[in-house]
Amino acid sequence: MSELLLPPEHRYAKIIKEKLNEDGSELSILNLGPTHPATHGIFQNILLMDGERILDAEPTIGYIHRAFEKIAENRPFYQITPLTDRMNYCSSPINNMAWWMTLEKLLNIEVPKRAQYLRVIVMELARITDHIICNSILGVDTGAYTGFLYVFQFREKIYEIYEEICGARLTTNMGRLGGFERDWSAEAFRKLDVFLEEFPPAWKEFENLFERNRIFIDRTVNVGAISAESAMAYGFTGPNLRAAGVDYDVRVAEPYSSYEDFEFIIPVGKSGDTYDRFCVRNAEVWESLSIIRQALAKMPEGNDYHAEVPDYYLPPKEDVYNNMEALIYHFKIVMGEVPVPVAEIYHAVEGGNGELGFYLITDGSRTPYRLHFRRPCFIYYQAYPEMIKGALLSDAIVILSSLNVIAGELDA
Amino acid sequence: MALENTQIQDKLTETFGESVMHFRQERDIFTFEVSSDTITPVILFLKNEETLNFHFLTDLCGIHYPDSDVNEQFAVVYHLHNWVENKRIRIKSFIHGENPEIKSVSNIFLTANWMERETYDFFGINFIGHPQLKRILNMDEMISFPMRKEFPMEDSGRTDKDDRFFGRTPSNC
Amino acid sequence: MSDSNIKIVEAPEGLSGEGFFATKLNDVVGLARANSMWPLPFATSCCGIEFMATMASHYDLARFGSERVSFSPRQADMLMVMGTISKKMAPILRQVYEQMAEPRWVIAVGACASSGGIFDTYSVLQGIDKVIPVDVYVPGCPPRPEQIVDGVMRLQELVKSESVRRRSSPEYQELLASYNIK
Repeated sequence: MSELLLPPEHRYAKIIKEKLNEDGSELSILNLGPTHPATHGIFQNILLMDGERILDAEPTIGYIHRAFEKIAENRPFYQITPLTDRMNYCSSPINNMAWWMTLEKLLNIEVPKRAQYLRVIVMELARITDHIICNSILGVDTGAYTGFLYVFQFREKIYEIYEEICGARLTTNMGRLGGFERDWSAEAFRKLDVFLEEFPPAWKEFENLFERNRIFIDRTVNVGAISAESAMAYGFTGPNLRAAGVDYDVRVAEPYSSYEDFEFIIPVGKSGDTYDRFCVRNAEVWESLSIIRQALAKMPEGNDYHAEVPDYYLPPKEDVYNNMEALIYHFKIVMGEVPVPVAEIYHAVEGGNGELGFYLITDGSRTPYRLHFRRPCFIYYQAYPEMIKGALLSDAIVILSSLNVIAGELDA
Repeated sequence: MALENTQIQDKLTETFGESVMHFRQERDIFTFEVSSDTITPVILFLKNEETLNFHFLTDLCGIHYPDSDVNEQFAVVYHLHNWVENKRIRIKSFIHGENPEIKSVSNIFLTANWMERETYDFFGINFIGHPQLKRILNMDEMISFPMRKEFPMEDSGRTDKDDRFFGRTPSNC
Repeated sequence: MSDSNIKIVEAPEGLSGEGFFATKLNDVVGLARANSMWPLPFATSCCGIEFMATMASHYDLARFGSERVSFSPRQADMLMVMGTISKKMAPILRQVYEQMAEPRWVIAVGACASSGGIFDTYSVLQGIDKVIPVDVYVPGCPPRPEQIVDGVMRLQELVKSESVRRRSSPEYQELLASYNIK
């Protein structure tokens, strides 16, 4: 069989030829992916197997390479937000806000406190959706479909809040330079309140279903463990690093969007195994909920939702129709003819999976000279072959889903 | 005690002299340039020196400057981060346009492995000493390097787009 | 149970009398096929997440006879391509399509699968209809779950009205030949 899968000069083919087990059995090759049902995305791993055990793995990525960075060099700043949506599509608002904050850093724009708090709320909601997907899918992969069906209902509720804010569900394209495109409606706040009331008991139940579940523990404890040192060497950030016991969180290290105003703890794990990653994500959901509550409680009075930057912020539509000045601004912004300084900016936020960084180089023209995305998934996925070495095939699937590798972010 | 820019600058000039240059604060990140032949010792020094302790490679990427002097047509940018002092630095290293090559840092930071492969894939920068320098995102059969400025974004072979409807022909009719 | 709101599909047109019901073979086969479409989700990116929502409890695609998601192409009837297909991926998509048994249908879900979407770049296939024939296109970036369900229902309409002989007709052979699929 292996001759069919691999060319004879491949190193695995050579290993198979050379090595024969004592009992006469031989090693085999398994091609996991790129469309394997259990991989939730397009990853290919060629596995060298001894029975059920993985000896070595060779990943191939790039199956949905969409050339984000090349497109970004050809688009005005406004048109790059939709690209960021499609990068980590499980938590689009974080990406959107990160992009706007990069531009605000470039242009030295101060965002009103209220808009910053609104951003915090929406980013934490996005983190919750991200962790809901990751953890419930991890449940599915260990054989517990119920949790997935149960908590996905609440992800729909978050999508309804997004819809109230920006009109879209998944690829939100949310916000504007300096704040939001419109103030949040009363309905959005009402839905948020309902969510904050209904979700915690459900999440508690979800946790109870898994955290002391014998089968789940057997499948995840000591599976895919990674030490703090090697996690850092591999460039891990986010929940996967914190599960290994390192409390690095961009929200705390370099607070953006007023994260310094809120009190929360950074949950950390101990052994960096699949179970710890699961628990860290669970705990982060609770912290996110607490941040949202604090932001709602501390929300400044008034209805500021954007900074007063007419050069960059689209004027209201009725003014565009009736006011010459507004029309000119509208035209200039839409055509991307806005003044941009020459600079190099790096801005990082805590994305769903870790440090999401935007490295932007401008040359004063309407498009970025170069825009590089520091995509956490891309960086930590390279540790995957190392993590599954010696594990069973079924563990490899569980490890992959606990890492929460998002194909769109991986391949850019 | 926070790690000051001058401290980093002094230490580096003391050890490497002229090959580390153009120290400047660019917005919130301390930036400097390193000549391409000393990049590995500089990064190793930054990582291992006790007071500096830049132990985390945040990002590595390439930039193409086709209009610059032929000696400086490509740049490789390293973002390092010291979590203890919470200090970021950016290192730029310019390399030759015709035969872009630089030493690999993948033996210093494991994470640089794929980042360098990506940079090779996009720009064709040859990282000397990389364990497995081959394309990562694009197809192996591809011969050009797509992130170079002269490479067109759109697929040249496509047939479904009529240039006339996109204002790309002189007559537009 | 009398208060049950389970609906049963309507019988096709035909002649009925005591103890018999006569109708066209086409209609019966179409009815059976249309109401048990086994989807093969070929999810690559964002639209795949919306497909997950479509399969989950809120939208529940199982109501339309697609409870069993078939991850094996051999047992699937309807290939749902969701998300960007890059040129690196295209041969794999084609292989999956070739592995499916007749009759097989294809839904291109989302702008990327239909036309390449916003990704008009060197690495992205500009619509999957460049490599395999497509029956239904669902627009949207990504389409809402309602739209995906609508796409499936449109496909059911097609399936219901399809002649049992279509797959051996010269037109169909010609179509496959134009894609160089045997």
